Amino acid sequence: MKQTIIPLGPYHPLLEEPEHFKLYVEGERVVELDVEIGYNHRGIEKLSEGKTWDQVPYLVERICGICSTSHPMAYCLAVEDLVGCDIPKRAQLIRVVVCELERIHSHLLWVGLAGHFIGYNTVWMWAWKYRETILEICEKLTGNRNHYAMFKPGGVRRDFNKEQIDYGLERIVEMEKPIRLLTDAILDDPVIHKRLKGIGVLTKKEAVDYSALGPTSRGSGVPWDVRYDEPLDGFKDLKWKVIVQKDGDVFSKGVVRLLECFESISLIKQALVSLPEGGAIDADIREVPPGEGCGRYEAPRGEVFHYVRSDGSNMPYRHKVRAPTFNNLPTFKASCKGETIADVALITASIDPCYCCTERVAVVDKNNNEKILREKDLLKLSVDKTKSIMKKLGKTPPLYNMEI
Amino acid sequence: MDILKKSFKKSIWVFHLSTAACNNCDIEVLELLTPRYDVERFGIKLVGSPRHADALLVCGSVNAHAKPRLLEVYRQTPKPCLVVAFGSCGCSSGIFRDSYSIVGPLDKVLKEEDPDVKIVYIPGCPPKPEAMIEGIVMGLGAI
Ligand code: SF4
Repeated sequence: MKQTIIPLGPYHPLLEEPEHFKLYVEGERVVELDVEIGYNHRGIEKLSEGKTWDQVPYLVERICGICSTSHPMAYCLAVEDLVGCDIPKRAQLIRVVVCELERIHSHLLWVGLAGHFIGYNTVWMWAWKYRETILEICEKLTGNRNHYAMFKPGGVRRDFNKEQIDYGLERIVEMEKPIRLLTDAILDDPVIHKRLKGIGVLTKKEAVDYSALGPTSRGSGVPWDVRYDEPLDGFKDLKWKVIVQKDGDVFSKGVVRLLECFESISLIKQALVSLPEGGAIDADIREVPPGEGCGRYEAPRGEVFHYVRSDGSNMPYRHKVRAPTFNNLPTFKASCKGETIADVALITASIDPCYCCTERVAVVDKNNNEKILREKDLLKLSVDKTKSIMKKLGKTPPLYNMEI
Repeated sequence: MDILKKSFKKSIWVFHLSTAACNNCDIEVLELLTPRYDVERFGIKLVGSPRHADALLVCGSVNAHAKPRLLEVYRQTPKPCLVVAFGSCGCSSGIFRDSYSIVGPLDKVLKEEDPDVKIVYIPGCPPKPEAMIEGIVMGLGAI
């Protein structure tokens, strides 16, 4: 059959971030899909090399407006790994509270958007109405709706006072009922079942092969969660469980997200109740020795990874960020094939993609002739680089064939 | 009265695009449509095509990849149109100012294309929804 290419984006009413999909279709069925990103590239890793250790959290927070605590968290963990210091208990629990609040609002955001994508604007308005309340709690506890600027290497920047803790506890307990109502309504709705079940299936094997992360993998039956696999000290005493669903379709990903909201609410309650009285909130890091450190943290969309290397000065020498969408994007190749065009926007949304986090390569030369680096070009560049390094070192190229 | 000016007196339709932002501003724009703020009661409506729009809401510092697209969208919007620069990024490129990929700020890019472009600046990172509503309404008053 004849193949047609349908472009989706970069500025498409369904996508609130600029990204460009090319769908190769035969009739109604999608046979191949290509993603082109780069509309959001801001060169954060490079910028971060020009900022001091304490300034970088403000920058990494602005990688993404929704994971705006997970990135600083992973960065702070990386620096703490490098320095090798212990974080006071109170600071850790405050971190847990802020991170889990973020998880709830991010998941509600996804539920709303998924509703919007299938033309169920009621779900959108409904979920976002509750999200507002969560943002209100965030504002009361941290001082801003998003971009909280709470974290610094070694601890947190601001303490919670008694009034804030009481307010947070009261409001979060209140929230449990409406979110339960929303969850039950969504899980009972026959239209949503019909529309989301069996769509965009990512099997367990594919999830492992593509190293899918976060709810994308947990929806396919792979129980990966950094908070559980490598618990931070703050998480050790708290009781919660990892939500896993088996089917791998859009519906299971949604179920994982909705149920995780309750785990987060329970985590916040436990953390706020067990907050120790007084005490330090900051390990007071004075100097960062030369060396390297890694930090991993489970963002709402999956594992965020930060790597920092220090040469002993007051700025990172190298800072590397790997956001979860970077792993989750290629899963489209498996989950979009054979689906109808109408479902593609939904499936692409089902990993909760965050292009702001993922922007990698955007090559633009002076006279605006753009060149897109495809996998082949990237591979070639990488092979060429290896070759040139070998030449410099006077080594012979390996015996196996490096040609593409 | 000129018919286009008259159209600004009634409901205005906006088109939203994001050019290298951190997407928080984009989310806050969508937030404006939700029950808490509900800008549709003022007749402000998000539309799917720049050709239907009276105002462009632009979030984010402009990077080299997105610049041609931004200009394309701006050319397609019927004039006179109002451009709303959202957030610190839209106003001044914000924290990303020094990056190699940024060619913005927004006003510089748009003024190269059209020297009479009308821009409203709403600073804040992200601006509060109340500030956004006030900014749009004030901008309309100024036209
Ligand atoms: S102004 Fe702030 S919140 Fe808005 S896009 Fe820029 S960095 Fe993000």
